[in-house]
Amino acid sequence: MDRRSFVRGMAGGAALAAGPLLLPRAAFAALPAGALAGEELGVLPGKRPLIKRSFRPPNYETPIGEYASLLTPNDRFFVRWHLASIPEIDPRDWRLSVAGDAAATPLELSLEDLKHGFERVEVVAVCQCAGNRRGLSDPHVAGVQWGSGAMGNARWAGVRLKDVLAKAGIAADAVEVAFDGADQGALEKTPDFIKSIPAWKALDENTLIAYEMNGEPLPHLNGAPARIVVPGWTATYWMKKVVSIRALRKPLEGFWMQKAYRIPKGKFPVVDRFTTQENADTTPITEMVVNSLITSHLEGQHIRAGTPTTVAGIAWDGGFGIRSVDVSLDGGRSWQAAELGSDAGRFSFRPWSYSFTPARGGHVLSARASNGVGATQVDKLIFNGPGYHNNVIQRLALEAE
Amino acid sequence: MDTIRTWVLLAALAVPFAGSADERSIRMKDGAERGLLVANCSGCHSLDYIQMNSPFLKRAGWEAEVKKMTAVMGAPISDADAAALVAYLAREYGVPD
Repeated sequence: MDRRSFVRGMAGGAALAAGPLLLPRAAFAALPAGALAGEELGVLPGKRPLIKRSFRPPNYETPIGEYASLLTPNDRFFVRWHLASIPEIDPRDWRLSVAGDAAATPLELSLEDLKHGFERVEVVAVCQCAGNRRGLSDPHVAGVQWGSGAMGNARWAGVRLKDVLAKAGIAADAVEVAFDGADQGALEKTPDFIKSIPAWKALDENTLIAYEMNGEPLPHLNGAPARIVVPGWTATYWMKKVVSIRALRKPLEGFWMQKAYRIPKGKFPVVDRFTTQENADTTPITEMVVNSLITSHLEGQHIRAGTPTTVAGIAWDGGFGIRSVDVSLDGGRSWQAAELGSDAGRFSFRPWSYSFTPARGGHVLSARASNGVGATQVDKLIFNGPGYHNNVIQRLALEAE
Repeated sequence: MDTIRTWVLLAALAVPFAGSADERSIRMKDGAERGLLVANCSGCHSLDYIQMNSPFLKRAGWEAEVKKMTAVMGAPISDADAAALVAYLAREYGVPD
């Protein structure tokens, strides 16, 4: 297998369909032809090869094989930036401003202040781009054409945002907390990437200002020296290279809140609401929908008939916890319970596996995760213009011979 | 193509945020339009965004993308260049209406 078909197989499972089909096509969506033609393995500073979607700003996804381990290695963790100027910050020079009209005692903190002035805490949590799998939308929609690799699971260490906000004297009537990072557009007129979360979410004990990832300082391209971690919620709120935190009495305005990262109201089975930013039709995206990924097999893979075979993968959701994963080998006609693996907490990937002995012939492999509030992956895409929340059940054609 | 303006734009925009050497591997369809793309697009982002988003947008879809760049992202693209860009993108990277 040459490098390109390897990449395609990892990214979208679409390339192997170029040859004669083994089965009636499982009709699972594929990336746009232009995205497949343009992808390549690319090496960014401090990273092993990742799947390039765009050079600048850098948008690179994690090869699926990396999800075989519970924690995604830092040097293989996906990279996603909106704006092309991404300064490398000397940790000794970094300062974090904590202010806003709802902060009675504004602060400025160095990294040392953060590390020594507050309790250190850790959480294992999935960081997933809101647009992960956008490239599999049918019909396709504009944006970064992500396959399944715009996500990763890491052990984040840092301090509770609520502890820092308390020290800054956050008022009881604060409605949102806003984050700005050090990144900038090439043009002054380009809206700065600033995001807010509801005050209740900012004060959740799991929401962190993180300075470590998997026991190491954050990589430059994943937000060094510090980033916001909002377990359960999509990565748009996990501000990288955060330099400003503001407690606000009024909802944050601007393109990135009022126009971007919004979903149609009532279309998805999400629980968390962001009421101060809702309008008549749309609401900001909040927690991730329940999802799973098969990591052990690729589309079109040949397996040995009559030999015990284990299929495996991961499941995750918006923080309610994975309750079950079912596996089908007949295109979804019948389902069997997979065995759940180690539990690193409700915000983490949850490994699963299922063993069977395949009969000769074609099989269509699917996995379907359900979470603690009874939500389940969907058979058919809930289409939305920005291409968010794609948790369609995968269908991989396997041939046992 | 107005080469002086191209140079000024490149000097103003692209130098501090110069693309990686890897970007030179990007090949755009119909090279005659390269100056238009360099002058109006690559100051802010690599041109692989265009190929990645193809071919599925109709003309109106590409028009919306160019308009997003001018109206939202603040790209200083003249009306004439915007029209030429939409025509190029629809022709080379779009699907028929």
